[in-house]
Amino acid sequence: MSIIKKRSAFAGVKLPENKITEEEPVEKISLPQVAVIPVQQNIGAPCEFIVKRGDTVKTGQKIADTDKFVSAPIHAPVSGKVSRNKQVLNPVSGAVVEALTIESDGQDEWIDMEVIQKIADIDDLRQVLAMIEKIPAKDILGKVREAGLVGLGGAAFPTHVKLSPPPEKKIDTFILNGCECEPFITSDHRVMLEFGRHILLGMFIISQVLKPENLYIAIEDNKPDAIEYMHRLVVEMGLEDKVDVVSLPSRYPMGAEKTLIKSLVGREVPMGGLPMDVGVVVNNVATCKSVAEAVLEGKPLVEKIITVTGAFQKPKNLLARIGTPVSELVDYCVLQDRDKYHVILGGPMMGVAINDTGYPVTKGLNCVLIKQGKAGREQNCIKCARCVAACPMDLMPLMYPKYVKKGRHEECKQYYISNCIECGSCAYVCPANIPIVGYIKTGKKKIADKK
Amino acid sequence: MDIDKDKILISHSPHLWKGFSTTKLMYMVVIALLLPMGAGIYFFGLSAVYIILASVITCFLTELAIKKFRKKQFVNDGSAVITGILFALVLPPRMPIWMVVVGAIFAIAVVKEAFGGLGHNIFNPALGGRAFLAVSFPQQMTTWVAPSGFNADAVTTATPLGQSFAHEGSKASLYWDMFIGNTGGSIGETSALLIILGGIFLLAFRIIEWRIPVFYIGTVALLSYVFGSDPLFSILAGGLMIGAFFMATDYVTSPTTSNGKIIFGVGLGLLTVLIRRFGALPEGVAYSILIMNAFTPLIDKYLKRKPFGFQKKEAA
Ligand code: SF4
Ligand code: SF4
Repeated sequence: MSIIKKRSAFAGVKLPENKITEEEPVEKISLPQVAVIPVQQNIGAPCEFIVKRGDTVKTGQKIADTDKFVSAPIHAPVSGKVSRNKQVLNPVSGAVVEALTIESDGQDEWIDMEVIQKIADIDDLRQVLAMIEKIPAKDILGKVREAGLVGLGGAAFPTHVKLSPPPEKKIDTFILNGCECEPFITSDHRVMLEFGRHILLGMFIISQVLKPENLYIAIEDNKPDAIEYMHRLVVEMGLEDKVDVVSLPSRYPMGAEKTLIKSLVGREVPMGGLPMDVGVVVNNVATCKSVAEAVLEGKPLVEKIITVTGAFQKPKNLLARIGTPVSELVDYCVLQDRDKYHVILGGPMMGVAINDTGYPVTKGLNCVLIKQGKAGREQNCIKCARCVAACPMDLMPLMYPKYVKKGRHEECKQYYISNCIECGSCAYVCPANIPIVGYIKTGKKKIADKK
Repeated sequence: MDIDKDKILISHSPHLWKGFSTTKLMYMVVIALLLPMGAGIYFFGLSAVYIILASVITCFLTELAIKKFRKKQFVNDGSAVITGILFALVLPPRMPIWMVVVGAIFAIAVVKEAFGGLGHNIFNPALGGRAFLAVSFPQQMTTWVAPSGFNADAVTTATPLGQSFAHEGSKASLYWDMFIGNTGGSIGETSALLIILGGIFLLAFRIIEWRIPVFYIGTVALLSYVFGSDPLFSILAGGLMIGAFFMATDYVTSPTTSNGKIIFGVGLGLLTVLIRRFGALPEGVAYSILIMNAFTPLIDKYLKRKPFGFQKKEAA
């Protein structure tokens, strides 16, 4: 089997890549002295803390949980003492959430984990596959949930929920998403190069749950080394009959689920629907790595790989514990001296600008980008239709600023505002420099508030 | 250590911008317009230079004055310059300068700024100005001269679409003259060759989209053939070429979706042929475009794009 090439099946835009950290191996940053843990770190229901001030905790100990299905528990990222409860402003959602702080004792003493197989010790991958085949799907799902896994590509949707489609939705296709289409971000690229075995084991574990007929590994062609390496591993594991490695053009937003599915298997997720409605589940590569660690090593999600990039003297890919204040990552990479900064959590296209670097690393964070903002101010829309031509969701973005300004939300609905994935392609190409996505977010929020 | 909060800026995503601004875009159009403008000056001499200058300067100053008067910020985005050039290019080569000034003021003040300025106008300003002059000064607006370059004593003539038009020589030489621009007509409309080159420039840099010109010109050719007239003559004559590449493609006054652009182009072709054939006027490009401009908001409203993942509502 060789590597398959596919074309993009959506409009989108070609972006400057700026992947300046793609050759920086993942570096471990030291444990935070004080970890800050917000109670909500995923899409869905928030958790409740099950430890209180004064308790001592071990690394990996569950500290927050809920009985709601669409949620995932949270674990202590360091060992030490729960020092206080406080409220923090989530700069991404704008909501105030409960948080607690853990003062590290510096020992990093872990809980006992139920190890089936240490991934680092594996010599024969095929033997492990045979072993995985014997684990019941129910156990896998239980371990994934207990480890607190959520989608690490940024969406932070609880992984066990994604892997539990209702029985009437037959899943025939699983896509491992290694596209990483946002400029600057290289964390997934590094995960593929350094943890390829983990990823493939995770993928194999997931396929035990979903039993799909088709398995794809999708990677953009700006990462030829990752494509090459993943392909080699697939062959090494003897999975070449089951898994297709696909090289896709680097066109933004290739990594978005809907555009990826359309490009790869030609199916369109219906408006308002989910990938499972067309028989597909997509998981990001870093998520699959964590799935392997959760199931084989019993390891909960307490750390993740984050690209710290932009105006730094030493931009890097860092392995950081959840709860580490963003300011520590920034200090570690040494900021360049600039007049003004935009501090962005996430990539330049969809990331959120924050003004408080005390906010901690959460499960969904994959990049800290510091850059100078875009210049210029908003001008009149000249109806040039560049936004229309760029929109991967085939919308008419120019309508949203116009109607949101006037408060005419009914019209926004008629132009299908809810179908917008906020990818930012429209605003990127707009010659009048209109913050179209800002208007779209406002419009969506107003519509939701009215309901 | 936290970053000094005073140094942190907040803005909406995306935090990247292509940087191809309205101003850059407009000046690309100006560059493309240099070609038909050059042809106009070559064929009609100094009077063309004066008319173009008068028109551009008047348009620019009118916009500046109105923005000042309304206490709005003036953005030199180049759109007034484009209107100025286009307006001059659709005027007869011997138009009195004061009339040019009056028309240019009308184009900017009434057709563009009264609607709210760039982006809000419904009609193409240059063509609006031309229509105004055609009503106000019908005689001057239909006085054509034969191309004579910088040679001062030009003789009046008819445009190829005029009833009194006669051509001596072979058909091939007629096509050739019309193609390079050696016929009577407005300053900028006669040379199909240079207009097409300008159009290719705009297409190559993706300033305009192919659908409107192709469907417009294609419809005119097809319908002319159906009505039994010479398709090649129909597309080379009059203002069709400059209209199709430079006026009908005006962003503000044309539809934004691909299907909308096709309907717009076909509608333009239909109107142009009908006016030329059945109307009282020899030429119909300007009025066709103005009429279709009026339909543009409707086309954008009723011809919405089908979004990604759209499914017909199943009968409940
Ligand atoms: S790209 Fe900007 S200026 Fe062009 S139509 Fe869209 S919103 Fe208007
Ligand atoms: S309208 Fe939404 S989906 Fe379309 S380009 Fe803009 S942000 Fe992306």
